[in-house]
Amino acid sequence: MELQAIWFFLWGLLWAVFFMTDGFDFGIGTIYPFAGKTDTDKRTMLNAMGPLWDGNEVWLITAGGVTFAAFPLVYATMFSTLYTPLMLILFALIFRGVAIHFRGKIDTPAWKRVWDFLIFIGSFVPALLFGVAFANIFQGIPFDGQGFYHGHTLKLLNPYGLLGGVLFVLLFIVHGANWMAVKSTGKLQARMAAISQKTWLALVPVAVVFLLASYFATDLWANYFRYPVLFIVTLVNVAALLSIRYFVANKTYFKAWFASAATIVLCTFFGIIGLFPALFPSSLHPDWHLTAFNASSSPLTLKIMLGVVVVFIPIVIGYQIWAYHLFKDPVTEEDLDMDEAY
Amino acid sequence: MDPVFLSRLQFAAATMFHFLFVPLTLGLSVLIAYMETKYARTGDKTYLRMTKFWGKLFLINFALGVVTGITLEFQFGTNWSRYSAYVGDIFGSLLAIEASVAFFLESTFIGIWIFGWKKLSAKAHAGVMWLVALAGNLSAVWILMANGFMQNPVGYVIKDGRAELESFMALITNKHGLLEIIHVVPASLLLASFFIMGVSAWHLLRKQHLPVFERSFRIGLVVGLVMALFTAFTGDLHGINVSKTQPAKLAAMESHWETQTRAPLVLFAIPDQENEKNLIEIGAIPGILSFLGFHDFNAKVTGLLDIPKDERPPVLPTFVGFRTMVGLGTLFILLTIYGWFKRNNLTENPTYLKIMLFAIPLPYIAMEMGWIVSEVGRQPWIVYGLMRTAEAVSPISTTQVFISLTGFILVYGLLGLVGFYLMAKTVKQGPEAAN
Ligand code: HDD
Ligand code: HEM
Ligand code: HEM
Repeated sequence: MELQAIWFFLWGLLWAVFFMTDGFDFGIGTIYPFAGKTDTDKRTMLNAMGPLWDGNEVWLITAGGVTFAAFPLVYATMFSTLYTPLMLILFALIFRGVAIHFRGKIDTPAWKRVWDFLIFIGSFVPALLFGVAFANIFQGIPFDGQGFYHGHTLKLLNPYGLLGGVLFVLLFIVHGANWMAVKSTGKLQARMAAISQKTWLALVPVAVVFLLASYFATDLWANYFRYPVLFIVTLVNVAALLSIRYFVANKTYFKAWFASAATIVLCTFFGIIGLFPALFPSSLHPDWHLTAFNASSSPLTLKIMLGVVVVFIPIVIGYQIWAYHLFKDPVTEEDLDMDEAY
Repeated sequence: MDPVFLSRLQFAAATMFHFLFVPLTLGLSVLIAYMETKYARTGDKTYLRMTKFWGKLFLINFALGVVTGITLEFQFGTNWSRYSAYVGDIFGSLLAIEASVAFFLESTFIGIWIFGWKKLSAKAHAGVMWLVALAGNLSAVWILMANGFMQNPVGYVIKDGRAELESFMALITNKHGLLEIIHVVPASLLLASFFIMGVSAWHLLRKQHLPVFERSFRIGLVVGLVMALFTAFTGDLHGINVSKTQPAKLAAMESHWETQTRAPLVLFAIPDQENEKNLIEIGAIPGILSFLGFHDFNAKVTGLLDIPKDERPPVLPTFVGFRTMVGLGTLFILLTIYGWFKRNNLTENPTYLKIMLFAIPLPYIAMEMGWIVSEVGRQPWIVYGLMRTAEAVSPISTTQVFISLTGFILVYGLLGLVGFYLMAKTVKQGPEAAN
């Protein structure tokens, strides 16, 4: 029993950390064609995420792997019912990965334009579709007890689903702009701070509408009303969201980035807490909900995997923090001149 | 066309494409780490130029390895959901361990390696490359263990209509998986060595950048020779194991129809699966197949006729795949032994250098053929003896898979071309000038 509950929250945590880390890469990629006025701007943006994005992306792979290991039935049903959106996300990630590496390999405008476009697509599409997918999961997906999907892919783009998508995109843009403000200087830094502030103005109303809409479109709030102490999470979330603005205005960009990171984690947990104990609810019948208790692996597998995660994830976090620390300073001209730079 | 067929095609296309890049990553990372360590120890700038030159090629290849890997991680869920639900308890954990133990290490430290030249000391920077090499090979260990379970399921019990883990120890000491590891990891070093020798040969033929490429060639030659021998040795062990655990695969590898003692090895044949015989058979050497399979000239080898029709794998690809792999494996041994005798005056042996240049694709072919033997030869099972491939597929529509498959072929095809072009361009540019 408890083991399954622990795994439920670990599962949520892995998704949250993925959105927190790769989220700023997606954000940077989304504003990249608009905010990067010159080639130097663009290269600064790529090199700001350069050493980190690949390690960030592995949180997705781990979230996927852990879903497979701890909740095989969820892994099977989630990815086969959401086949088309997942494939779109995967293709987008393929484009992003090669585009970041290949853009700088040949110095002609046409070559760079192709990869620039793919960097944008490869960042914007996952940001949007992850939001759409999670909002739809909050609502429930039309699948039956056999894992057959009875919906239509285009119906995922319902108003609440789209709202989730827009929320994710805005969150990631703010997060990415904050990171860029940490990693740049001068004009580019000022532009990034302005983007963060302006996007924040749109983010706040969207977040409020999303919370309200969740009341009507989903059962997420039920757990909160049952255990009102959980509202603390929402309050902290609001505080984090508001503090972004404060830190950006004070030009303490690293703190602002931290605040947007916290906001993303807490937003994810807003949903995760609301879902508990379901990981993948069915909109057709509550009996078909896949929950932490009816879709998990055997106790032995859960125990072994818990051991692995408890030992290795802290180690991972340790060396990733070291990597972030190593590359915390703004990207300089000297950095861009390096042979290996993107 | 049905979802099963298309999903198989898609999975095969995606893994085989992934595996065009994986072995070079595995092997070259070790060789580059070695070169960089030499530089850090001796301060010899030639080693630095070597590290940077091979490093550039490594990174282009690495980028493609990573992006083709991500799709694989999710395909078990998208296309093989029945399979995932049935064996996820076991198989999923190996995949999750791979991600948390190996992928994080590899991806985080490759970023540090690329951007950390000025931030770390030479020794620390070389150490980072060792971590990358370790992590890549560690990921191979876990994924091959996962594949080992599909080939030879162990450590499970069937409970509540699915396979549940019974012994983790049995799972990670699975003989089939261990054999795959000791066969594929050396084969990857072999492939990387041939890559280094072939590219070096191109420059040596033009008599340019001699210090860099003479030294690189030698490293490739030594490692290549040892690994060619080792790969053949472990391949032989593999064969003995397969003959015990998967008799149908062995029979298909040899296109061997009738059960017999003193079974012959056929040098050339054209299998005819419909009519259950070989159309042509040339050069049967008695007793050799018995010997290869069981190390006993008189052992009895089960023929395909004694295996129920619906449990026979496709014979032609398994048979051709095996012939090609073993033939090439033998050729690699000969090529590296010959090179060993010419190692001190390579530039005076242009024919040999030319052969080595054109040999670059051969280990790739051997690799892909090896997987065809292993995977096609396992059919019709997805988990040998436990679950059939046809029962494993997701309840998804043909159209969905058709579109994604087309997407894979187009996107991968294009990316493959771009990657090849960039590699060729980097090779032509050569290393930085010595100063
Ligand atoms: C024998 C080795 C081997 C085999 C059989 C496979 N892989 Fe692989 N994989 C690697 C060896 C490897 C690697 C060498 O470790 C790669 C290549 C480039 C890299 O970053 O790691 C990699 C990358 C890689 C990545 C990207 C990791 C990242 O972002 O850093 C994923 C998600 C997978 N693989 C998943 C798979 C799956 C699900 C496979 C089974 C069907 C598979 N691989 C077969
Ligand atoms: C990367 C190297 C690999 C290559 C090149 C490879 C190759 C192939 C090929 C050619 C097929 C198609 C067989 C057929 O349709 O008859 C196949 C199927 C399959 N393989 Fe592998 N394989 C690799 C690694 C793996 C690993 C490591 C796993 C498990 C983790 C795996 C699991 C599967 C599955 C699930 C199928 C689908 C069933 C089927 O199509 O028959 N493969 N693979
Ligand atoms: C020279 C003698 C060789 C022999 C006798 C040999 C033998 C074998 C056998 C019997 C298998 C099938 C195992 C199974 O499916 O259960 C296999 C698989 C494989 N071989 Fe070889 N092999 C040789 C050389 C090579 C070479 C030179 C390469 C590549 C450079 C290679 C790459 C592979 C790969 C990638 C697989 C699939 C993974 C696996 O099952 O380990 N082999 N080999």
